[in-house]
Amino acid sequence: MKKEITRTNILKKPGVQSLISSLICIILGLFIAFIVLLIINPSGAFTSIMNVIKNFLWFKNPSSRLKYFGETLVKTVPLLMCALAVLFSYKVGLFNIGTPGQYCAGTCAALYAALKWQWGWVPCVLFAIIAGALLASIVGVLKAYLNVNEVISGIMLNWITLYFTNATLTAVKNPSSKDTLTIATVNKAALLPKIGLDKVFNDKYVTIAIPIAIIIAVIIMIILDKTKFGYELKATGINKDAAKYCGMMEKTNIIITLVISGALAGLGAAFYYLTDFEQWAVTQSTVPAMGFNGIAATFLGGLNPIGTIFASYFIQHITAGGAFVDLTKYSSQITDLISALIIYLCGFVLFMKTFMNNMIKKSDAKHHVKEFNINDEGGKK
Amino acid sequence: MLLLIQYTLIFASVLILVALGGCFSEHSGVINLGLEGIMVMGALGGALGMRFLPIGIPGFFYILLVLLFAILVGVLYSSLLAVAAINFRADQTIVGTALNMLGTAAATVIVKAMNTAANPNDVSSIIQYIEPKKKFIVYFGSFEFNWFMLITLIILAGAWFVLYKTKFGLRLMACGEHPQAADSVGINVHKMRWSGVLISGALGGLGGICYILAGVSEWRFEYGVAGFGFLALAVMIFGQWKPTRIALAALMFGFFRALSNTYMGFGFLQALNLPSTIYNMLPYIISIIVLALTSKNSKAPKAEGIPYDKGQR
Repeated sequence: MKKEITRTNILKKPGVQSLISSLICIILGLFIAFIVLLIINPSGAFTSIMNVIKNFLWFKNPSSRLKYFGETLVKTVPLLMCALAVLFSYKVGLFNIGTPGQYCAGTCAALYAALKWQWGWVPCVLFAIIAGALLASIVGVLKAYLNVNEVISGIMLNWITLYFTNATLTAVKNPSSKDTLTIATVNKAALLPKIGLDKVFNDKYVTIAIPIAIIIAVIIMIILDKTKFGYELKATGINKDAAKYCGMMEKTNIIITLVISGALAGLGAAFYYLTDFEQWAVTQSTVPAMGFNGIAATFLGGLNPIGTIFASYFIQHITAGGAFVDLTKYSSQITDLISALIIYLCGFVLFMKTFMNNMIKKSDAKHHVKEFNINDEGGKK
Repeated sequence: MLLLIQYTLIFASVLILVALGGCFSEHSGVINLGLEGIMVMGALGGALGMRFLPIGIPGFFYILLVLLFAILVGVLYSSLLAVAAINFRADQTIVGTALNMLGTAAATVIVKAMNTAANPNDVSSIIQYIEPKKKFIVYFGSFEFNWFMLITLIILAGAWFVLYKTKFGLRLMACGEHPQAADSVGINVHKMRWSGVLISGALGGLGGICYILAGVSEWRFEYGVAGFGFLALAVMIFGQWKPTRIALAALMFGFFRALSNTYMGFGFLQALNLPSTIYNMLPYIISIIVLALTSKNSKAPKAEGIPYDKGQR
């Protein structure tokens, strides 16, 4: 054989396959949502779905666009952290659906420390991380030592934490509304530093949280892909018993994974609520959607930390875009519908990849036959 | 006291129905984490039925029709799980979670769209059913007997009979324990799993409509069903996937859930002066403790959660 097959099919790369699958999920999700809008009221469906996609581009003047782009980024940060939390545990074979609860715990800790104890921003952030990590460690211990399904214990803790947070934050509530006090009026030292980013975006809520969140995503990727620690965690996820046999501490690994995952979720809460962008409503009857949307971002990002950055941004982009649908005809929950659809469709990603691989195999096989015939003839001469 | 019993029974009914649903699905080999979403959709189906059916229909048929609506929507919705988990071998945890989110989001969008269409100023996601609700209730003195309590009892007995005394039930359980072996003796594993999931859809839908009829006479669909689908899964695990034990477990969970509605009526509980938050948390805390105590020797169907692949050994 003189000539090796040098033809590299771009479709063979797992990254490309993930990207294509994710794009298919997005397009199908948007398309189904569009059909739902059409059924509800055909007259404004197209403009509304376009407004969801446009989000801040809906504004005509550039400074408003920049401002709302900044605000979308502010809300992307907690989503990204929640998505990384889900991703980190999923890579280790654990589905941390307790992320919304850990996010909630982080919120409770950060806001209570900032408003009641008047702490500075650094201890507030650390306290939120500890709160999220502690809550997740309960799930971890239950899973590792008592074989409790992490999905169910996670959900139960979500509800417990929600009630606890509402009760606790009532102490720092604004007497005239259902929201907590704004940090700016009580304790400016607890606000995250802005290092001039607020000037760039012309929006006072843009803080160092945005660059730090991206750095954390990169760190998570390095830990998972390039370190022995990450390798051991992943090995535990793939086969607990094999990991134990190889001398890894499989029980400790499960707990550590959930602690890190919970810490990320708690950090996300601090990164959001310490910007003062939104206050906690103590009458809230469900855990924040942030954690659940994090699941969508994780799978949409193809279970890759860098992909997750873009996926989180996309989910937040359309969620914010939900405000621009024609509210006299439709409800803004249409964007929740889109993210839920996207998660559902992500369930089919494995199938799509198998399908793509089968197609490649088929075309390769054809090629092989051709190459073989050519070489064969060459041999005769 | 009577009120406590009444609420215990009705919440236990919800939990029994949904947990039995989970039981059928898991015995066939598919983990149904989407029960919460299925409950929401079933509740939506039933509530829409109550909104549009003429109130003049005689009680028995009225109840039957509402139940049929709930079951129908539940079954249709659960087929989303079946097709993904069985035919496309999707990750059952992801799909189940997606169904939960999709259920609440879709129900909210649908109800809001209908409310806004009826009255442009109404952007709520509430469906009211004050009159229809009365048809489901019979008073014995001050005790509100809800027909669902009887229906649940019948279904419980039926589920036990189907699972243990019929060919279908035993085949279903075989598919959850060892699908390859079941296949080798000519049982169609895919078909069995489909039936398991669809039955869970029907029972989940029934549980959903039962839940929204339990205490109130209007429902805000944005709220979903407050984690009841997951409580039912905890009940199922505590009940070790056996209908009779599930019923006992459901009574216990129903009691704690009822307590959070009625603790104000007890002098000694009020005297403790605990914040109401504690009572709200109680069912969830109890379920974690119970799971911690019972999960070690789990009797879960062995092949649950694993997509069936004919070529695999």
